[in-house]
Amino acid sequence: MRDWPLWEVFVRSRRGLSHVHVGSLHAPDAELALRNARDVYTRRQEGVSLWVVPSAEIVASEPGQSDAFFDPAADKIYRHPTFYDIPEGVEHL
Amino acid sequence: MFFEELLADDGRVEPRDEMPDAYRRLLVRQIAQHAHSEIIGMQPEGNWISRAPSLRRKAILMAKVQDEAGHGLYLYAAAETLGVDREDLLDQLHTGRQKYSSIFNYPTLTWADVGAIGWLVDGAAIVNQVPLCRCSYGPYGRAMVRVCKEESFHQRQGFEILHTLSHGTPAQQAMAQDAVDRYWWPALMMFGPPDADSPHSAQSMAWGIKRFSNDELRQRFIDMTVPQSEALGLSLPDPDLRWNEERGHYDSGAIDFTELTEVVSGRGPCNAQRMAHRVKAHEDGAWVREAASAYAAKQAAREGAA
Ligand SMILES: [Fe+2]
Ligand SMILES: [Fe+2]
Repeated sequence: MRDWPLWEVFVRSRRGLSHVHVGSLHAPDAELALRNARDVYTRRQEGVSLWVVPSAEIVASEPGQSDAFFDPAADKIYRHPTFYDIPEGVEHL
Repeated sequence: MFFEELLADDGRVEPRDEMPDAYRRLLVRQIAQHAHSEIIGMQPEGNWISRAPSLRRKAILMAKVQDEAGHGLYLYAAAETLGVDREDLLDQLHTGRQKYSSIFNYPTLTWADVGAIGWLVDGAAIVNQVPLCRCSYGPYGRAMVRVCKEESFHQRQGFEILHTLSHGTPAQQAMAQDAVDRYWWPALMMFGPPDADSPHSAQSMAWGIKRFSNDELRQRFIDMTVPQSEALGLSLPDPDLRWNEERGHYDSGAIDFTELTEVVSGRGPCNAQRMAHRVKAHEDGAWVREAASAYAAKQAAREGAA
């Protein structure tokens, strides 16, 4: 079990919604990861679809550098509709 | 520092964030012991699965015990995000270096004990676990949200068992009362030692892991439970239990914490039995783990060859 890879588990709770991360588990291969994920994370019909992804395959941004990393978006407030002045009385805009 | 700011802001710490070693160690210990409690907690109730009084009760009890296995798995997974290995945690449980909740060292002598455990033990666990949903460590809090959603069925099925017995024959009623008499004080001890003797609590509160003190949570549990016992028509074995108008809480008698110390240090009624069963179950399952690994290796080799 020590050398079994770690898998991240994602559940789609119903059609039309995206898969959401719910936790992780260890399993020797993808098929067992999927079966174990079903037993651990969907005992109450929490999902209609399951993804398991090897944790080692996930590339993540550095939390310590998140300020610098996400900074380019910080000064572009004109990307939000509330940035714009609209004359009084104009509707459906 | 990032960590201090985050906590001051009531933010959540996530696995890859920097955090003090002591915070990490405290969390590993707490989450691991919580996980161990869930899986050892399967034993007292598992004892009654084959003798449940009806198919309905049996199906419910199996689902409940299976949930506890699931709780253990959520929690081991949360502990692993802190950089520890599940095998090592199990090893520490099996060699007595990490503990589990002392409540599971009491025997389940009758079917009514299954009711008392659901009502009182899961009830106390809920009071402990609800504030942990807001714990400063993200993965632990999220695991607790899942656990708490599942716990309310556990408590209700226990209450229903006792309600049925307490409205049954005099013998059934006596059996229900006896179970409550035996489980009441151990359930109160689940909240830990009194605040004055709880040295780690202050640090845990400062770090946003613990949100309320042991005594506050114990009082909350007593206040919730006394009216429920009246609805059951069962008494609680504490002659000093009475409503205090001034405080707006129930007063209760002193808890004999020497018993808690005894059970925690391994001298409870079932400590040795629980641990022997756990180790045996782990060893008996070795072939399944080995077979799964061998199969995965064979498939990988085939894919490599193709
Ligand atoms: Fe549980
Ligand atoms: Fe439970």
